[in-house]
Amino acid sequence: MAAVHPVIAPEARADAVLDVRDLSIDFATPRGPVHALREVNLTVPRGSVVGVVGESGSGKTTLISAAMRLLPDNAELRGGAVLFEGEDVLRMSPQALRNLRGQRISMVFQDPMTALNPVLSIGQQMVDIQYRDRGLGRAAKKRKAAELLRRVGIPDPMQRLGNYPHEFSGGMRQRIAIAMALLGNPELLIADEPTTALDVTMEAQIIHLLRELQQDYQSSILFISHNLGLIAELCDYVVILYAGTVVEQGTVRDVFHRPQHPYTEALLVCDPALLQDVTRELPTIPGDVPDLVNLPRGCIFAERCPRVFERCRAEDPATRWVSAGHAARCHLASPLERS
Amino acid sequence: MTVLLDVKDLRVRFRTLGAIRAKLAGVADPFLDAVLDVSFQLRAGTTFGLVGESGSGKSTLGRAILGLTPIESGTIRFDGMAPMGLSGSALSAYRRNAAMMFQDPVASLSPRLTVKALITEPFVIHGLKDRDLDAEARRLLDMVGLPANFAGRYPHQLSGGQARRVGVARALALEPKLIIADEPTAGLDVSVQGEILNLMARLQRELGLTYLIITHNLAVVRHICDEMAIMYMGRFVECGPTAEIFANPGHPYTHGLLAAQPHPDPDRRRQDVELKGEVPSLARRPSGCEFHTRCPRAKERCSTERPEPREIVPGQTLRCHYPLLDPAA
Ligand SMILES: Nc1ncnc2c1ncn2[C@@H]1O[C@H](COP(=O)(O)OP(=O)(O)OP(=O)(O)O)[C@@H](O)[C@H]1O
Ligand SMILES: Nc1ncnc2c1ncn2[C@@H]1O[C@H](COP(=O)(O)OP(=O)(O)OP(=O)(O)O)[C@@H](O)[C@H]1O
Ligand code: SF4
Ligand SMILES: [Mg+2]
Ligand SMILES: [Mg+2]
Repeated sequence: MAAVHPVIAPEARADAVLDVRDLSIDFATPRGPVHALREVNLTVPRGSVVGVVGESGSGKTTLISAAMRLLPDNAELRGGAVLFEGEDVLRMSPQALRNLRGQRISMVFQDPMTALNPVLSIGQQMVDIQYRDRGLGRAAKKRKAAELLRRVGIPDPMQRLGNYPHEFSGGMRQRIAIAMALLGNPELLIADEPTTALDVTMEAQIIHLLRELQQDYQSSILFISHNLGLIAELCDYVVILYAGTVVEQGTVRDVFHRPQHPYTEALLVCDPALLQDVTRELPTIPGDVPDLVNLPRGCIFAERCPRVFERCRAEDPATRWVSAGHAARCHLASPLERS
Repeated sequence: MTVLLDVKDLRVRFRTLGAIRAKLAGVADPFLDAVLDVSFQLRAGTTFGLVGESGSGKSTLGRAILGLTPIESGTIRFDGMAPMGLSGSALSAYRRNAAMMFQDPVASLSPRLTVKALITEPFVIHGLKDRDLDAEARRLLDMVGLPANFAGRYPHQLSGGQARRVGVARALALEPKLIIADEPTAGLDVSVQGEILNLMARLQRELGLTYLIITHNLAVVRHICDEMAIMYMGRFVECGPTAEIFANPGHPYTHGLLAAQPHPDPDRRRQDVELKGEVPSLARRPSGCEFHTRCPRAKERCSTERPEPREIVPGQTLRCHYPLLDPAA
């Protein structure tokens, strides 16, 4: 088995808000265990924004569910740890866990309705979520809620506090979910595709808002998105997941300008935003994701890789450093000389 | 080319307060216009892209065209038929000719139904009991490139891309002429997005389908749409051939949208957002041009006089007193 290196520089790791180490998670299914994450390493240095990109089914939701310890019942931890401020979330007491969720870590879900209660007004929900803040009266909590709604671009925030979730459009609900997650000034904000329903002008404002908040409060963000443009725009580091393994990670500049893994390369080629000439036939990556129950031998991407050669099918490549802080899991990635 | 869908002066209103609450609150007009003065034509066999702010009325327009949301005024003419009434057999026949792919595929697919039940449900809804549903399921799965054994799966056993294919299959069931696709690729990675859009393009070529695609992804619109419209607060602020609009956006909002697109390049970060500020509430529409509260080009006239739609170059229509391209100016 390949050795797994911590990929972000060790100094950064020492002051990490979130540090995922060699995390492996299976899901029990009638067909046998689904190996959803395998030896995943990922670090969110304090005050930074880390993006996670990956195909549908690559394990992004599993990864952040583990970070919040919200895994479904059939999940099995095969190994590894998820350190939040040095403490292992996977082995925390129920009390510590309650303090963690919603206060120190908060989460914006892919589907805003998971965070919103359909039968309570938005205002009621935004006041309720501040229950820990005993020093603040109800009116002050309402004002704080309205102020955040204003910052995420909801017009007439004071009046709209009385509305129910179904009275807002999809994109407005998504912005409300973001405002709710920001209410507690979390140390770590985890956002799973938080802007999919927004138009680009609103999306750009939300991205700027996240940047602003991150700088104002030195908070950190783990940002999950399919949108390579947004990752490039917002993130300091990026992690590329493929079929449950990290195939590449590094600073956004390194990964976008000098991708070392053929999967990353292919992703960049497929982005219609990078296609100069107009075409009806969009580029895709031929083939299918491997079956996570019966994993192939060798490199996980070999089946679809345009650069595949013999060794790839026999031997799983190790994670290699290609420059300080930039690593890829491919036989073709040329490792740096180690001093 | 023949016009498949002809929409004129369409208006859709929603009630915001019940009659009694409105009276108590002193609100004389407890309604909002989600779609206002929308006119456009959809040519058979082409793809029309609809973009715009969240809450600008895109889904409502799509639903109104399909008769799923009642219209306040205006006409919708489909395939040369008389303007549609809102009930009766004509509507039912029309609904077989036009299908919707919904915004949220997982939520719109009932979790307790198998793929076969989901994609053949339209036959059941339309009372087509004589169909061999097994054969129909095989035919539809084959069309969207899914193996026949997927018929027995449940939605949670599907990947994001597969769920989208099931949505396409379901929309195709009754062999419609028009498909309205609400965010058909949201949440998909770029490769799977490409697969779905290529699939839709292939089906368009093979079956002569016409598409109305609602999306936030401008890069996608640029590649696959023949024509496009930009919506703001329920109105079309600009409408025309996609290539023209991308080359020469006329409306300041369109210009702002195009400028706000993120580039997949960390060295080309947008330093500033051209369009700031909040979208005004539909309950209190700004006077004059409704975009003047956010518009970088606004002058006095914009806050008092509403711009009417004008065709500034052939085929490209917009509502603005001071457009970016104005041959007359
Ligand atoms: N509860 C579960 N039981 C069995 N398999 C599961 C379960 N949850 C997830 N999986 C499988 O684990 C893998 C990772 O899923 P996950 O939801 O983490 O992917 P994702 O990257 O978030 O995908 P998407 O982009 O579609 O949201 C997939 O193969 C998925 O089918
Ligand atoms: N059933 C309803 N009752 C009252 N208001 C509604 C209803 N449905 C939609 N609206 C309002 O109509 C407006 C347009 O909503 P619509 O869902 O059409 O927007 P959209 O452009 O599709 O937005 P998004 O991009 O967020 O999906 C919004 O202000 C919304 O709050
Ligand atoms: S009419 Fe005026 S306010 Fe409206 S878009 Fe044009 S310049 Fe801007
Ligand atoms: Mg997910
Ligand atoms: Mg919508």
